[in-house]
Amino acid sequence: MSDYKTLGCAEISVGDKLPSLDIDITTGLVVCGALATRDFEPVHHDKASAVATGLPDVFMNILTSQGLMTRFATDWSGPEAVVKSLDLRLGAPNVPGMVMTMTGAVTAVDSGTGVVEIEVLGENNIWGMHMQGSVQLALPKEA
Amino acid sequence: MTANELNAFEDEINAFVGREVCPPTPAKDDVNTAMIRQWTEIIGDTNPAYTNEAWAAKSTRGKSIAPPAMMYVWGQEGFAVTTGRPADAQADLVSLFNKHGYTGVLGTNVKQEYFKEVSPNDNVVMEMVIDNISERKTTGRGPGYFFETLSTFTNQHGEKIGTQRFKVLKFIPQEQPAAAAAEDTLQVPTRIASPRGHDNKWWWDACDAGKVLIQRCKNCQTLRHPPRPMCGECQSMEWDSIESTLDGEVLSHTELHHPKIPGYQYPLVCAVIRLGEGTNIVSNVVGCDPSAVHIGMRVKGKVEQVDEKTMLPQFYPA
Repeated sequence: MSDYKTLGCAEISVGDKLPSLDIDITTGLVVCGALATRDFEPVHHDKASAVATGLPDVFMNILTSQGLMTRFATDWSGPEAVVKSLDLRLGAPNVPGMVMTMTGAVTAVDSGTGVVEIEVLGENNIWGMHMQGSVQLALPKEA
Repeated sequence: MTANELNAFEDEINAFVGREVCPPTPAKDDVNTAMIRQWTEIIGDTNPAYTNEAWAAKSTRGKSIAPPAMMYVWGQEGFAVTTGRPADAQADLVSLFNKHGYTGVLGTNVKQEYFKEVSPNDNVVMEMVIDNISERKTTGRGPGYFFETLSTFTNQHGEKIGTQRFKVLKFIPQEQPAAAAAEDTLQVPTRIASPRGHDNKWWWDACDAGKVLIQRCKNCQTLRHPPRPMCGECQSMEWDSIESTLDGEVLSHTELHHPKIPGYQYPLVCAVIRLGEGTNIVSNVVGCDPSAVHIGMRVKGKVEQVDEKTMLPQFYPA
């Protein structure tokens, strides 16, 4: 178990920043992410369908964005954290060729329940905000 | 659409509130390690709670779990959606919107709450209702309505494991600028282009050539910036220019945080700089932490290429 540390609620303070994470948006990530989430809407795997909606290429589906947001949170917290909620507002599409940078900070700590809330922003380098929202994690009291 | 027609339309859409999109439906496949592994590989999630059985067995949970963000995945329809979705209340609502010109669709918010984790061999049962429809709203995309579906997830024992609220905007699409639709390659955005007119093009052209010039009245020698046709001191319209050494001092500064404008590098400090020659220039302070910038700070400028199309003076701590 020592290989994987989980943060304890007592170690966390409001304002703590999470390590930022750059995600290369590739056709592979967009298409495979859609299939791994069983989202077969053509706009996520067929360029012609995506172009017909006015976008330059296939674009990331919401379930992949949700996956990246929880990964970002639990990469930081460690594996004993229990994800309690995931609330996201959707912005500009993620299209192959972009880089999305994810940043986050702790906005609330409830030492009674061990639940911490982090605010997360995923911005791509071309169109800006892709997703913005919050993740709540239940952490052990002590690490 | 007349007021009466609008009322009739809104009565029709509001009748969908509370309607079932799908009754409680068990996922075709139980939660399983193959789908979890595929998801974790692609998302790049190395959390051992999902895929490291040995670790998971010794963890607080005592067993591995599925990634919570997969909750909606288990009940997905599958490849059939490539040729259309089956008729249900949501599809009927969407086609009613489409029939009245609200053909645009945009997912705007999704919120999941998780009450209980699931593990391989559990089954996720999903039901969905149309929970609410907003009043008619004016949005950046055009006039439209937000509707929200509420999905409730239970396991094979009937225990509630989570909910999902998904908000969609159905709108009347507005004319989009042609460029947005026609672009088929991504352009990395550049800074807002400098406006070059009759009275200031010469200044920007010099900047493109790596020089910052300061306009000088030929009659009374007074320097002025930004460029303009007439001397404020003697009203002469005769002028020439000198080149600045770009030695300066910060008179005032601010850091731009939000909204982030595409094409600009952050952190972004904008400052008014008093040049050694005596005129002021608005520019950026770079090459140090924004918190180190202060009034009175000595700076030295260099004309640099800040993006593919733009040359600008940038000031560094002297």
